[in-house]
Amino acid sequence: MAELSYRDAVARGLAQEMERDERVVLIGEDVAKAGGVFKTTVGLYERFGPQRVRDTPISEEAITGMIMGAAMNGLIPIGELMFSDFLATCWDIVTNQIAKTRYMTGGQVSLPLVIRTANGGGARFGGQHSQSLENWAMAVPGLKVVAPSNSADVVGLLAAAVRDPDPVIVFEHKALFASKSEVPDGEIVDTLGMAKTLRSGSDVTIVALAAMVDKAMGAATELERLGISAEVIDLRSLVPLDTKTILESVAKTSRLVTVEENPRLLGWGAEISSLVAEEAFWDLDGPIVRVTTPHIPLPAEGGLEDLAIPSVERVVEAVKKLVG
Amino acid sequence: MESSRDTRLALYEGMVRARYFEQRAYDLFMQGLVKGTTHLGLGQEAVAAGFAVAMRPGDMTYCTYRGHNHTLLRGAPMGPMMGELMGRANGICAGKGGSMHLTDVAKGAMGSYAIVGAHLPVAAGSAWAAQMRGTDQVTACFFGDGTTNIGAFHEALNIAAVWNLPVVFVCENNLYMEYTPISDVIAVEHPAADRASAYGLERIIVDGNDADAVYEVAVTAFERARRGEGPSLIEALTYRHKGHSRADPGKYRPDEEVEEWLDRDPIKIYRDRLAELGVPADDLNAIEAAALAEVDEATEACKSTPPPDPAILMTDVWADGGSSWRN
Repeated sequence: MAELSYRDAVARGLAQEMERDERVVLIGEDVAKAGGVFKTTVGLYERFGPQRVRDTPISEEAITGMIMGAAMNGLIPIGELMFSDFLATCWDIVTNQIAKTRYMTGGQVSLPLVIRTANGGGARFGGQHSQSLENWAMAVPGLKVVAPSNSADVVGLLAAAVRDPDPVIVFEHKALFASKSEVPDGEIVDTLGMAKTLRSGSDVTIVALAAMVDKAMGAATELERLGISAEVIDLRSLVPLDTKTILESVAKTSRLVTVEENPRLLGWGAEISSLVAEEAFWDLDGPIVRVTTPHIPLPAEGGLEDLAIPSVERVVEAVKKLVG
Repeated sequence: MESSRDTRLALYEGMVRARYFEQRAYDLFMQGLVKGTTHLGLGQEAVAAGFAVAMRPGDMTYCTYRGHNHTLLRGAPMGPMMGELMGRANGICAGKGGSMHLTDVAKGAMGSYAIVGAHLPVAAGSAWAAQMRGTDQVTACFFGDGTTNIGAFHEALNIAAVWNLPVVFVCENNLYMEYTPISDVIAVEHPAADRASAYGLERIIVDGNDADAVYEVAVTAFERARRGEGPSLIEALTYRHKGHSRADPGKYRPDEEVEEWLDRDPIKIYRDRLAELGVPADDLNAIEAAALAEVDEATEACKSTPPPDPAILMTDVWADGGSSWRN
């Protein structure tokens, strides 16, 4: 067990899988010699060589299309999109080609591939380099979607994504790259589609993802001082979705708050709200409350950006109002 | 390069099978037995046959929604192909793909792609995997003239050239991007060939209605790719006998132009050539009769096959065979 930064955990997870299976390869912009613009792939080029860790042109359709074609011909490719915002430049390949091909071919084509991308705000990058787009990917049948909140999960979920026979998008959070947390020694392989209950509580269930998990945990600590017992669930995976953990928790606490970084309309919390309303309505003692980024593009200036992204205080206020 | 008699007969047989298949697809559409849409390759058979005959098992073909010819000539069975068009349980994609997505992975027909340009980087990726794994597979990627104006074309050509990938890009220039003459929307004369130099590639134009010429250029490009000398971009000049899709009667094309190209029908040209080379008419007639019988048999088999079992609606989203998004 040692402390590892989230960015070093990315490199560790990739190295673990590349060491295990020579079919695993990594391509993207500046991922090789430069070690990635977020330094998440440092050392891989030196360790695995220029064929398996390869820089591409600024060509996101080529990156995503190439990993699809490579997956159709015997490789297990990982493509990095430098910022998740760039998904918009290759959304056809990701959603029309990668996501649909197995179904449209009657199951003939398997695409064991991974797209990794830096997601989320907090870095003062402005509207085109800060978005939380995990809900876009969640909306497309045929894509699995994970978003780790800590270093150990980065290693384990990356490994699970690489070993999964279906396309997986791993949303790494930019605001977490420098954060450090404990990571067990040795090989780590997680399971897709499993949420984690990070804190037990009895008054309210707070469901969060990626960088919002720390906010939810901070809020739970503050709420405890106010006499409110909050259960915090780190969702970790949007597809598959661990509905069992959510529904069991709501059955216990009777209240649900989601904390989402994506903009309000059709954020992933809306789907969870719908699920709980349909399947756990009689367990609820109050309305489901969503804490989200407002329905705006993210601003660059720090004060404005902090106002937009859900904070510990906003989560505390939402829960206080609900539990009252 | 002089093609062997066997090669020539294979080219002729391929073109005839594709022609009869597409004619039947057209007829079945008119009878209401094929729904949705079809983009027929009538008139463009020499491109498909020339390349397919030059390929080996294990090589990979990527094509577009105008992909019946290519899929068939890589060896996909005609019955399941027809079944896919007709929406029957024997469909080659189980009825989930339809006319625009015919695929037969076992034969190296790696899919028909219906978003213009998308499959060029995918084909490059398949070639990259062949290069990485040290196989001697080549990948062929077919697309229309309209594709040369979309971003994925340029991204794929560039990276294929920079990475020296064993892929052959084939532009079937049939003069029209959907309903618009290609000359109205490009700044050069040749949509593919005149862009080749931007990627350090040779300018290659071939008569796409001459099966021998196509075969020759295909063999050269594939040999080059197998030798590790990188990609090729080939522009094959051809013409579609019908409109863009079933919704399009193709009336925007001048009558004289259509007449001129119908005179240059690749199958007619090739039959005359084979006759000049001394192939007995009976041999050619036998090829045609066999192809027609194959189409008839496929059609009848599909007509007596029910639509897909409703149970398959929810299968094959994931590798586990299912479609569940939750635990």
